Amino acid sequence: MTTASNTIVFENVSKFYGEVLGVNRVNLTLPPGVTSLVGPNGSGKTTLMNLVTGLVRPTQGRVSVLGLTPDEPEEFFRYVGYCTQFDSFPKGVTGFEFINQSLRLRGLSKSEAARLTSEAIERVNMADAAHRRVAGYSKGMRQRIRLAQSIAHHPTVLVLDEPLNGLDPMARSETIALFEALGKQGMHVVISSHVLHEVDKISDQVVLMSYGYVVAEGQIHGVRTEVKEHPMQILVRCPNPNLLASRLFAQDHVVEAKLNSDGKGVLVRTKDAEQFYQLLNRIVVEEDFPLDTVAPNDDDVNSVYQYLIGSGGGTV
Amino acid sequence: MSSAAVARARKSFVEAPWQLWASQLGAILRIEIKKSLWMRRSIWIYLLAFAPTVMFGIHALTSPMGRNCSIAEDTRIFAYVFQIFYLRVGIFFGCMGLFTWLFRGEVVEKSLHYYFLSPVRRQLLVAGKFLAGLITASLVFSASVLLCFIFAYGHFGAPGRAYVFNGPGLGDLMSYLLVTILACLGFGSLFLALSLVFKNPILPGIVVLLWETFHAVAPSMLQKLSISFYLKQLCPVTIPPEGIMALFTVIAEPVSPGLAIPGLLILSAAILAFAGMRIRRTEISYLAD
Repeated sequence: MTTASNTIVFENVSKFYGEVLGVNRVNLTLPPGVTSLVGPNGSGKTTLMNLVTGLVRPTQGRVSVLGLTPDEPEEFFRYVGYCTQFDSFPKGVTGFEFINQSLRLRGLSKSEAARLTSEAIERVNMADAAHRRVAGYSKGMRQRIRLAQSIAHHPTVLVLDEPLNGLDPMARSETIALFEALGKQGMHVVISSHVLHEVDKISDQVVLMSYGYVVAEGQIHGVRTEVKEHPMQILVRCPNPNLLASRLFAQDHVVEAKLNSDGKGVLVRTKDAEQFYQLLNRIVVEEDFPLDTVAPNDDDVNSVYQYLIGSGGGTV
Repeated sequence: MSSAAVARARKSFVEAPWQLWASQLGAILRIEIKKSLWMRRSIWIYLLAFAPTVMFGIHALTSPMGRNCSIAEDTRIFAYVFQIFYLRVGIFFGCMGLFTWLFRGEVVEKSLHYYFLSPVRRQLLVAGKFLAGLITASLVFSASVLLCFIFAYGHFGAPGRAYVFNGPGLGDLMSYLLVTILACLGFGSLFLALSLVFKNPILPGIVVLLWETFHAVAPSMLQKLSISFYLKQLCPVTIPPEGIMALFTVIAEPVSPGLAIPGLLILSAAILAFAGMRIRRTEISYLAD
């Protein structure tokens, strides 16, 4: 496959609802893997997802998925599954009927549709409730059955708008594991979520949005490195944190070196992470300084979100 | 799906699109007919459709063996009921309720996106929903007309049977059933298209009602844009254009049934083609509705 036929591409896409801005001048290329859309309410995440799936049309620009557009629905929706935020269902259907109907619309035979329906229901652990009416489901069950419907036809691109809403902790961790597994299979999984620490664990790349604009995009480490206004935080755990802190204070790039609350580490804020790691290597090698762990402390979606959107500051 | 599966699926669609479309149309019909026939909202349509049946039923019970009435008189009453009640009220409002709800209902219940996210061409969705509505409306109103007809002539006994099977009765019944189906087709296409243009199709529906009622006073060219113009000419028993009834029955420039049927079909096809174009540009925005 060529690059264009294996990516989701936004080319200068804008969407206005009358005079209200949905998204503006979005240029993105999303490779396979798990992509998280992160941003506050009204930032344009759902609009972006609706644009990918053709539920809304761009006012300007072009969106293509694996080289296809929703104008060719027979092919497009063979590869695309979308679990929307709309918590609504056709009237009177059971969970099984809900998924089965959507598969029959794909032109599948009765037996093939029934097989895929059962498989999808098993995948979200809903087999016991499959033949009950959806109207009697809890919010979490409705969320799971919608998820099952969106994956039942084995899509290549799965778009999920707040898929963790309403799920209990157990279902949440199972669902996250499912997304992770789908991403590792080479699928495109595009997720929007407010639960940042959960999507952070499984995201291969993030798209940060604010007021209809893409504020940052890429692998989370790369995005964090580009946020120059906020020094990187690195937590170094070692048996002798006081000594390490005194060595670090002398360096220009170290803005702050603070003893960790448990007294077994130093939280360092540095303007140049590369230089800091080189210095730390020197100290360890030349002085035989013992270290337990070294880990970035704000190299995650949550921190980047706070720096770029939450506090209203920062540009990439 | 692997890239090989992608290529296979693409090939099978390119080679046999009609096969896929036929199976998708079947799936839409199964879903929509079940919904239209059994939805609670349809109860008033059933009541409306079968109101004349009750009337003819009472008439049949109170006039056993044609006592105090005649076949000619009942034939004329049946023609009045069909042209005034069925065509102007029953089928008109029944189709309004049924066909406008095909898409508006999905928007109100926030379930239209499931169709839009399936690999179904939107024009095919319009065709499927329209056919489902047509089948439902035709079944309900044809059954009602048939029952009325049975009640209208059944109570005459042997003379009634002779009128139906050896006289013009059976031919009239076939014509009434044909007009019923054509009326469902014409009004159905119109209301389906209106529901894709207006958020609340009630007001445009009233405008259509006025147009369908008073089109007789419009220039003859414009009259051809009315569904009733064609339907009136296909009714087997003419009503004398007397008094206010002239408004409903007079035909300024009649056309033959051979032209009226294709004329109505062309008008409906044009309206459906417009609906097909309209739905291509439809976006899901439940909040705005």
